[in-house]
Amino acid sequence: MITRLFSFPGGLRLPDHTAPSTGRVLVRAPLPERLIVPLLQHRGDPCEPAVTAGERVRRGSLVGRATGETPPVHAPTSGRVLSVEPCPVPHPAGLRVPAVILEADGEDVWSEDLPPPWQDWETVSPEHLRQRVHEAGVVGLGGAGFPTATKLRAGAKPGIHTLIINGVECEPWISCDQMLMLSRPQDVIEGARILARATGATRLILALEEGRTACLDALRRAMDQGPGITLELAAVPARYPAGGERQLIQTLTGREVPSANLPPDMGFLCQNVATAAAARDAVVLGRPLTSRVVTVTGNAVAAPQNLEARIGTPMHTLIEAAGGYCGTPERLVMGGPMMGFALDSDRLPITKTSNCLLVGDGALFPAEAPAMPCIRCGACAEVCPVRLLPQELYWHARSERPEPARDLGLLDCIDCGACAVVCPSRIPLSQYFRYAKSELQATDRAHVQAEQARRRYLLRQDRLTREQQAQEERRRRKKAALRQPATNRSPDPKAARQAAIQAAVERAKRKKAGAGGDGNDPA
Amino acid sequence: MTVPAFRMAGPPHIAPSGSVPAIMRSVLLALIPGTLAMILIFGWGVLINVLIAVAVALPCEALMLRLRNRPMEPFLQDGSAVVTAVLLALALPPLTPWWMPAVGVALALVLGKHLYGGLGFNPFNPAMVGYAALLVSFPGQMTVWLPPTIGPSGSLGLMDSLHYALSGSLRGGLELDALTQATPLDQIRTGLGLELTVGEIRTEPGFGLLAGAGWQWVNLLFLAGGAWLMHRRVIAWQIPMGVLLGLAVPALVFWTANPDQYAPPLLHLLSGGAMLAAFFIATDPVSAATTPRGRFCFGVGIGVLTWVIRTWGGYPDGIAFGVLLMNMAVPLIDRYTRPRIHGRGKPGPGTGERS
Ligand code: SF4
Ligand code: SF4
Repeated sequence: MITRLFSFPGGLRLPDHTAPSTGRVLVRAPLPERLIVPLLQHRGDPCEPAVTAGERVRRGSLVGRATGETPPVHAPTSGRVLSVEPCPVPHPAGLRVPAVILEADGEDVWSEDLPPPWQDWETVSPEHLRQRVHEAGVVGLGGAGFPTATKLRAGAKPGIHTLIINGVECEPWISCDQMLMLSRPQDVIEGARILARATGATRLILALEEGRTACLDALRRAMDQGPGITLELAAVPARYPAGGERQLIQTLTGREVPSANLPPDMGFLCQNVATAAAARDAVVLGRPLTSRVVTVTGNAVAAPQNLEARIGTPMHTLIEAAGGYCGTPERLVMGGPMMGFALDSDRLPITKTSNCLLVGDGALFPAEAPAMPCIRCGACAEVCPVRLLPQELYWHARSERPEPARDLGLLDCIDCGACAVVCPSRIPLSQYFRYAKSELQATDRAHVQAEQARRRYLLRQDRLTREQQAQEERRRRKKAALRQPATNRSPDPKAARQAAIQAAVERAKRKKAGAGGDGNDPA
Repeated sequence: MTVPAFRMAGPPHIAPSGSVPAIMRSVLLALIPGTLAMILIFGWGVLINVLIAVAVALPCEALMLRLRNRPMEPFLQDGSAVVTAVLLALALPPLTPWWMPAVGVALALVLGKHLYGGLGFNPFNPAMVGYAALLVSFPGQMTVWLPPTIGPSGSLGLMDSLHYALSGSLRGGLELDALTQATPLDQIRTGLGLELTVGEIRTEPGFGLLAGAGWQWVNLLFLAGGAWLMHRRVIAWQIPMGVLLGLAVPALVFWTANPDQYAPPLLHLLSGGAMLAAFFIATDPVSAATTPRGRFCFGVGIGVLTWVIRTWGGYPDGIAFGVLLMNMAVPLIDRYTRPRIHGRGKPGPGTGERS
């Protein structure tokens, strides 16, 4: 089927730079000796640790319990938990979050209590599919890492009519989605159909960039197989940020999602291709998300390539697997060059949202030149996909009081950085905007704080009920044990505990208004 | 393996695609064909004006930067002072005493630019500030043009032109009046005052096939340079097209209604500084409107005002005043031409404005 395409305003043609990393086949990254598995890999509240130091785990065992909207985290391999402690994670603000430090035993065996595989997922109810996706720890793998189940659930409310599977990697250098589509086309498509069933979407579009002919061929060959609804393939023009959620919806449907709404409010849902594949593994194989494809590239990497890496693998392990450094590596960026952030160390672990490690020298990443005054040339406005006037926003964003910038649409800025790239005065516009946005959001602190208080209250309620239930459970078991001293003393306490937790989590979830996801990440 | 020390920096991690000096260089390059044509047609005086203007502009800029305590290097290298100087020089009559371009450029940079805060902050087009100041102060000097003569030396040799520029008088006791000739726009104005028809005026010497002899070629070559700038996306199409339409449409309407009393559109487009203004002067980004629609309105405004001043005003060419008047309207234009933000309804004027 030919999908009619529309266009979004502005945008920028950027060099592709995926040739070096797509020249090598997708391989499995080596198993590191130690893995650092953060219990928070995206926005939201961290998971509660489900293991303690010394405990043995297998691949897929639960190591972090779901908290609120945050889905659980699983062990990426088998081994022994060394400790659970705050560790630095890849984050623009250099955050430390609690992490499970795991010593791999090298056997890499899967856990035995994985949920059952559902090869016949068409007979499973959408609700169960969503639940499975949540329990498998699937989050948006495109960059923002929004919990997938939350998005699916938000979509279930007003009804999703169109599910868009986003394979548009519009940032230069990144090729992980491309390689995934190339090597596992059936799985991506099956995952897409599973997500369509989970949301009730009646139209399913898989979008990728124009010119990715090998991918297109692979997908075309695979799309007629398997159950589920018809899939449309759409090749969208390679213009940054074509993969941005709102831009992609506009390109595929010609509709703009109102600024005050999220895509699901309008019946659109976007999911990344890697997310679809992860959802497929969760449903069809019963395997939780424990690895992802990472592009390791840049002109300071000897053998750029894509690696299937376990969550928690230290970055330097991946870089060594890609031939190590060459030349003079100066900057390490996680994500693409447009929206990724620089890291100060390659000892950090990769997380569910690490799509790309980009290492370059001074030629690739020239030092920031001193900014000149804005000459009002309008180049920034020409490329802004949101049709903002960055040159006007800038006057306010850099002032003490950025409040007027709100009226000018500052909060609609998607941080794409297109304006900063074309500015002849070398003004780091998007950095100003990011900062000013946080200022504006800080002025709304009263509101935010109220929200946080509410969350804390709910979490505490959760914990109390759970503790109470656990206590009752212990009491009950003790009584039962006293009454029948001869019989087997452990009627599977693990299952009972799990059930109690599950019930509590369910309650918390029901209490919460279904939040939507607007991960504006055109990765 | 040693652990490399990584540098931190904010996104985007990508080399910027343009720079202010690169823009200014392109503008200067695009000015070359038209400038050469002017030298060829109106003589060495044009080149002398340009050289004097540039020679004054650089120390003047440096002095202002020093006084304002600004870093020299980036701002002297940005090339904007040179562009201002060249544009002003090209707008001056070809035979002027040296102090005319010198004073004009000094006024342009000091009054028009640095007193407002330098590059990026001046609400008025600096070159036109300098030009208007000269026109108001020395109206006689500013309106004498040499007749167009095709030839390597023009009507005056290099030494003669230099002598005039430095001393303000011609060698061999020649009177300036003996050499000068009114510009085609002037001829039309005086001719119409004498109750001649446009058709009759155009048979006078000084007119060519399309417009004024010589002038038409100068304008066509500035058009070519401007088209190249548009093609390279150094300038956007809105302002030049606005100016040309603003000039041509009223000319067309009035000329169709009364071809004896009003000059045809093509004559307007290829006379005086029309193309220089449309592609090089009105497109000065700092003092122009900055929204896409606003720029078009800004251009149209300049074109219409130029036509009005040419047709009914007291000055032979209305470009400088058209530009300066529209500069004043820029905050208003920008405010009412904001683009509609993605996912939002019609934009209101909002509160944001440059201050
Ligand atoms: S691109 Fe830079 S110099 Fe040009 S208008 Fe925008 S902010 Fe100003
Ligand atoms: S960073 Fe914001 S202002 Fe700049 S182009 Fe992107 S959306 Fe527009």
